[in-house]
Amino acid sequence: MRYQSGKWLLTTFLIGALAACAPAAPAAPTAAPAAPTAAPEPTAAPTAAPAEPTATMAPAAPAMSGKIKIATQSPLSGPQAALGTGIRNGADLGLQDMGKMLTDMGFEVELAPFDDQAKPEVGAANAKNIASDPDILCIVGHLNSGVALASLPTYKDNSLAMVSPANTNPKITESGYQNAFRVVGRDDVQGAVGEEFARTEMQIKSVYIIHDKTDYGQGVAEFFRQQAEKNGIQVLGFEGTEEKSNFESILTPIQAANPDLIYFGGIYDQAGPLFRQARDRGITAKFLGPDGLDSPELLKLAGDAVKGMYYTSVAAPVSQFPDAAKFAEDYKAKFNEDAPPFSAQAYDAMGICIRAIAQAAEKAGGKPSREQVVQAIRDAGEYKGITGAYTFNAKGDPVTSTYFVLQVSDKDGEPGEVWNANAVVKKLDIPAP
Amino acid sequence: MAIAADALPAPASRRTLRMTLAGVFGPLGQVFIFVVGSAIVLSVITVLVAFLLRGTRTNVDLVQATLTILPQVIVDGLVRGFLFATIALGYTMVYGVLEFINFAHGEIFMVGAFSGAALGTVFAASGILNALPPLLFVLIAVIVGMVISGTLAVTIERIAYRPLRNAPRLVPLISAIGVSLLLQDGMRLIANVTGLGFNARFPTPNFGPPLQLAQIPAADGRTIPLILDVRALIFIVAATLMLIGLNYLVNATKLGTAIRAVAQDRPTASLMGINVNQIIALTFLIGGALGGAAGVLFGIRVGTVNPYIGFLPGLKAFTAAVLGGIGNIPGAMVGGIVLGFLEAFVASYLSLLTGGAFSGASYADIVAFAILILILIFRPSGLLGEAVAQKV
Repeated sequence: MRYQSGKWLLTTFLIGALAACAPAAPAAPTAAPAAPTAAPEPTAAPTAAPAEPTATMAPAAPAMSGKIKIATQSPLSGPQAALGTGIRNGADLGLQDMGKMLTDMGFEVELAPFDDQAKPEVGAANAKNIASDPDILCIVGHLNSGVALASLPTYKDNSLAMVSPANTNPKITESGYQNAFRVVGRDDVQGAVGEEFARTEMQIKSVYIIHDKTDYGQGVAEFFRQQAEKNGIQVLGFEGTEEKSNFESILTPIQAANPDLIYFGGIYDQAGPLFRQARDRGITAKFLGPDGLDSPELLKLAGDAVKGMYYTSVAAPVSQFPDAAKFAEDYKAKFNEDAPPFSAQAYDAMGICIRAIAQAAEKAGGKPSREQVVQAIRDAGEYKGITGAYTFNAKGDPVTSTYFVLQVSDKDGEPGEVWNANAVVKKLDIPAP
Repeated sequence: MAIAADALPAPASRRTLRMTLAGVFGPLGQVFIFVVGSAIVLSVITVLVAFLLRGTRTNVDLVQATLTILPQVIVDGLVRGFLFATIALGYTMVYGVLEFINFAHGEIFMVGAFSGAALGTVFAASGILNALPPLLFVLIAVIVGMVISGTLAVTIERIAYRPLRNAPRLVPLISAIGVSLLLQDGMRLIANVTGLGFNARFPTPNFGPPLQLAQIPAADGRTIPLILDVRALIFIVAATLMLIGLNYLVNATKLGTAIRAVAQDRPTASLMGINVNQIIALTFLIGGALGGAAGVLFGIRVGTVNPYIGFLPGLKAFTAAVLGGIGNIPGAMVGGIVLGFLEAFVASYLSLLTGGAFSGASYADIVAFAILILILIFRPSGLLGEAVAQKV
C-alpha cells in the first residue's frame, strides 16, 4: 500500500511537472520546428533538399552574378595538420591566381576551408555542412582516403564534385562515384611500385608489414603484401596498430623475425616513433613506406633513424615540377614556409574546379548547378597544371599518373630544409588500371 | 587506500621501526609476488598453447619460437605494466579519499609529459642538453613535471570538483570528463601556439645503447639479444621508489593518518581537528604529482608526446586500478602490472600462435580486456580487494 501510494504520488508529481511546463511560452515554439526537420528524414534523399535552391536560383539570376564558393576539406589541426594545411594553402593560392577566370565573368569567388581533423566522422559532418551551402560548387580534398570515403556519399547525394589532391585508395574512384576525381595515382599501383623497388633495387628477401588500420594505410599495405607474396618476398608478419607512441610489443616479434625490410602503411605521425624505437632497439632492417610518410615531420619525429630511407609517393617534392617553380616561390612568400607535399596538387585541383565552373557557367548562361560542374569536369578534356597534365578516365582517375621513389636526404639541418633535399630515385609513368 | 580499523598502526610515538618497515615494504613484497606470479602463469599458459598448436604449423617450431622471445615479452610487459601502475596510483589515491573517479587524471599525466618535452626543447635550444648528465636531466624534468601536474590537479580540484562535492555522484564525474576534454584541446592549442607542434619531440640527452641482458639463441642459429632500455629501467626504478614513498607517507606519517581518517569518515575526521579540504587538496596534489612524474618518464622513454597520449593509458590505468582493487595502493601497482603483462603477451604472441590470422597488436585490447572481465567476475573487488572504509 505504501508503495502504491508512493507511485501515485510520483505520477501526480510528474503530471504536475508536465502541466507546469506546458503553459510556459517557449515550449511551443521549440517543439514546432522539430516536426518539419524530422519529417524529411524518411524520404530517400534528405540532403538533396539543399541542392534544389541552387538549381532554381540559376535562372533567377540572369546575368553572371552571385557568389561561388569552393571548399577545401583537409586536417587543419591535429597530428596530420602539416599536410592538411598545405592542401588548404595550395588551394588558396590557386583561387588567388586563377579565380580571375570567374571574377571576370561577374562572379564573386571565395574559399571555404573546412577542417576534417583526419577523422572520418568529422569529414562526414563537414560534408553535410558543405552540401547545405548552395554557393559551394566544388571541393578540393581530402588528405585521408578514409575521410574522403566517409564524406563521398553526401557529396554524391548532392552531386558535388570532389577533386582530390592526395587520396590514393582505389575505392575512391572504384566505388561508382560519378563525382569523385583525383589528380594523383592509386595505392594498388603504388604498393606494386614499392614492392618492385624493394625486390629489385633494395634486394629484399623478407619483409615485415605494419599498417595503421585505416582505409589508406591498410589498403596500401595489402597491395604491397599481395605483390610481395606473388613475387617471392617472404612476408614474415602483417600487423595493424593504432598505437601512436609505444611500439615495444610490436617490435619484439619483429626483432625475433629479423626481416630485411619493415614496410609501414600509414602516416608519418605513427611512422616516426615506430622507426626511431626500432633503431633504438638495435633492429637493423631497412624501412619503406608510401606517400603518407612524405612530410618533414617524419624527420623531426624519427631523427637519424630515417636518414637515407626510401619511400614511394604519388606526389614528389614541389622542386621536381619545373612548372611549379613560381608556385613554390609564391607559397613561401605568402605562408612563410616551404610548400609541403600535395600543396601543388591542391593548386591543380583548384584549377580543375575553377575551369569546370567557368565552362559550366558559360554553358548555363549563369551560375551553374552542381550537376553541371560535375559534367564539365568529365567533359573538359586535358587540364594542363603545374604538376602535370590531367585527363580523367570514366572512373575519375587521371589516365596516366606519375609515381616516385624518393630517398630521405642524409644532410643535417632543419627538418623542412633537409626534406626538400630528398632525392627522386625513380620516376614512373603508369596508366591507371 | 587499504583501510581497515585493525590495520591502523599504533600512534607514531609508540610505533617501532619494525612496524614502519613492515608497513612500507610489506606491500612491495605483495607486488613483487604478483609480478613474478603473473609472469610465470602467463608464460606457462602461452607455452602450453604453443605446445598444443605445434601440429598446426609446419614451417616453424612454435614452442621454440615462443620461448625465444619469451624473456623479451616479459620485460616489455613489465615496462608497460609500470606505466599503467604509476598512473593508476593517482586514480586510486583520489578514489580512496573521495570515492570519486577523476577521469581527468590521464590528461594530468599528458600535461606532465608536455612539461618535460617543453623543458627538453628549451634545454636543447640553449645547447646545454647534451652537456647534462642524463640522470640529472631526468631528475630536473621529473621535478618540473611533478610541480606543474600537481599544481594543475589541485587547481582542478578547487575549481571543478570542490563546488560539486555534495552534489549527486554523477555530477563531479561529468565535470571530470569535461575537464579531461578541456585539457586535451587546451594543450592542443598551447602546443600549436608555442611551436612545440601537435606531435612534440621530447629531446633528451643521449642515454646510450640499451642494456643487453642476455643473448637468446633462435631457431636459425642467430642469437637475439634480450634488451632493456636504460630509460625503461629508470622508469621501473622510479615507479618503485614512488610506491615506497607513497606507502611511507600513507602508512607511517601523521599526514598519512590524517588522509586515512578523511577516507574513513569525513565528518568525524573534521571533528577530530583535521582540515578536510586541505587533506583532499593534498591527495590531489600527490596524485597529480605522481601522474606528472609518470608522464615525464613516459615521454622520455617514447621520445614523442601529443595531447592525446593521456587518454588511452588513463583509461587503462583506471581499469588497472579497478583490477587491483580500487582505493588500494599496492592493488593499483598489481593491477597495472597484470594488465601490462596481459597486453604484452597478447600483442606479441597472438599473431604467432594463430599463424598470422589475427594481428596481435590490433586485438591486444580485446583479449586483454576479456581476460580482465573474467578476473573481475571471479574477484569483483579486484585482485587485492577493494578498500572498505569501515564506517562506524
